[in-house]
Amino acid sequence: MNILEFLISPSDAAKRSGPHDKVVLSSRVRLARNIRGVPFPGHARKADRVRAFETLMPAVQSLNQVGSDAFAESMEKLSQNEKKVLVERHLISREHEAKGVGSGIVLNREETLCLMVNEEDHLRMQALRPGLQLGQAWMSLDSVDTDLESRLEIAFSEQYGFLTACPTNLGTGIRVSAMLHLPGLVLGEQINQIIQAVSKLGLAVRGLYGEGTEALGNVFQVSNQMTLGESELEIVERINKVLLQIIEHEENARLTLLEKKAKVLFNHIGRAYGTLANAHSISSKETMNQLSLLRLGVDIGMIPGTPKSLVDELFLLSQPAHLQLKTPDKLDAEQRDMLRSDMLRDRMREVARPDHLGVVIPPKAAA
Amino acid sequence: MVCIVCKQKEAKVHYTELAQGQVKKIDLCETCAKEKGLSDPTSFNLADILLGLGASHEMEQASESKGGELKCQTCGFTQADFKKTGRLGCADCYKVFAEGLAGMLKTMHKGTTHKGKVPQTFRRSHDHASKLAQLEQDLQGAISREDFEHAAVLRDQIKVARKTPAKA
Repeated sequence: MNILEFLISPSDAAKRSGPHDKVVLSSRVRLARNIRGVPFPGHARKADRVRAFETLMPAVQSLNQVGSDAFAESMEKLSQNEKKVLVERHLISREHEAKGVGSGIVLNREETLCLMVNEEDHLRMQALRPGLQLGQAWMSLDSVDTDLESRLEIAFSEQYGFLTACPTNLGTGIRVSAMLHLPGLVLGEQINQIIQAVSKLGLAVRGLYGEGTEALGNVFQVSNQMTLGESELEIVERINKVLLQIIEHEENARLTLLEKKAKVLFNHIGRAYGTLANAHSISSKETMNQLSLLRLGVDIGMIPGTPKSLVDELFLLSQPAHLQLKTPDKLDAEQRDMLRSDMLRDRMREVARPDHLGVVIPPKAAA
Repeated sequence: MVCIVCKQKEAKVHYTELAQGQVKKIDLCETCAKEKGLSDPTSFNLADILLGLGASHEMEQASESKGGELKCQTCGFTQADFKKTGRLGCADCYKVFAEGLAGMLKTMHKGTTHKGKVPQTFRRSHDHASKLAQLEQDLQGAISREDFEHAAVLRDQIKVARKTPAKA
């Protein structure tokens, strides 16, 4: 089956919901594993890489959690744009997008489990959940990992734990992360303080697409950096605690804006609506920033009758590779900006005009 | 201010990097700066950027003490490869480059010993090995106490344990 047919539609994907999803868009736990006796993918010759691929793919596909209705394919069989779509869905990394022969992807039907074969490590397994559900994501991935142990000879040392290509992943090989939407902290100019405080706790804060990317649309990714000397559960619990605090700060920042700068906030949201509904050319960067404000508008009750999922769907549909799916002709940036605005103008007809009178402003005494 | 790499000469090249909201300051002497390719930031060692400045230097020092460049016999990965990529070649590289890695891991992680999940198969063989070691220790104790009756029992138990494969 074609990956594009397999993937959950953008509208259904956006409808998934979870705890705290006003702020936490998604939770992810990733484990890095390697098999014994084969060089790591980055150093392996093609023959070795293919050998690892041929060992790993059937082992992974036989897992109960993967299921017989999963999608499993070699990366060389996917087109450039299909791979980009997978990146935009946060199912594979940018590094994996560049892979071809000897690398693969296995994705379960629900899109809650995605495995990359021969990325930087032989195996990168990820459990994905909407909203804040790190504990659940970890538990489900833990059971996948335990089942794999009996099928593969995993590289492990008593001293260093699970051995990984990069020493930064050594030990547990775990990366726990959450994608956060923080417009309140950005507008309230508190975001740098938060980023600094979080960095001091040994956690990394990054942009939308992970390593080295900009925080477009006020979306930030928080993840652990240290993987050795701390158990998986300790890492999950520590990050969870920090995230709950960030959520609280974001909620407070939104309340403060409503209390003290309601006009400024309404102006931002009203203009975002105007731009999205009326532009005839719009870049992906501007779109994400305006959609972020629209989402905030939905959250505070300024856009009656519009579900958050519609905004999230537009966020996905505005990405370059998703736009490219609309036409067989290769789009350049300029054409894409026009096509994006056409799509947005059309879909924004489903969105009611912002109404600031519907917003409940918290009483000052609550501050 | 002394150079953070050689820790001898005065630092004359000051490099400031803004990464993920964190300011990283690096002070080097002219010689070390040249060596690190700091006159041209694009040729900066990836290992240093990824793992912190001085990572590749530490690795070099460790291998010099062993006489010459280290090379993994299993996969052919060299310390120069590490410097270039910031990654290792295979699982065995962790044994070959252990000395150079030790300091780096200390700054990078919470500890230098794994805590957390241990694969089933590994746990079983680990338990087996520690049980055997305990029996042998008990045997030595029994012999020194001249408790030969108990020693004979222990000796038989060790014999059985040695015959049983770890995976059983």
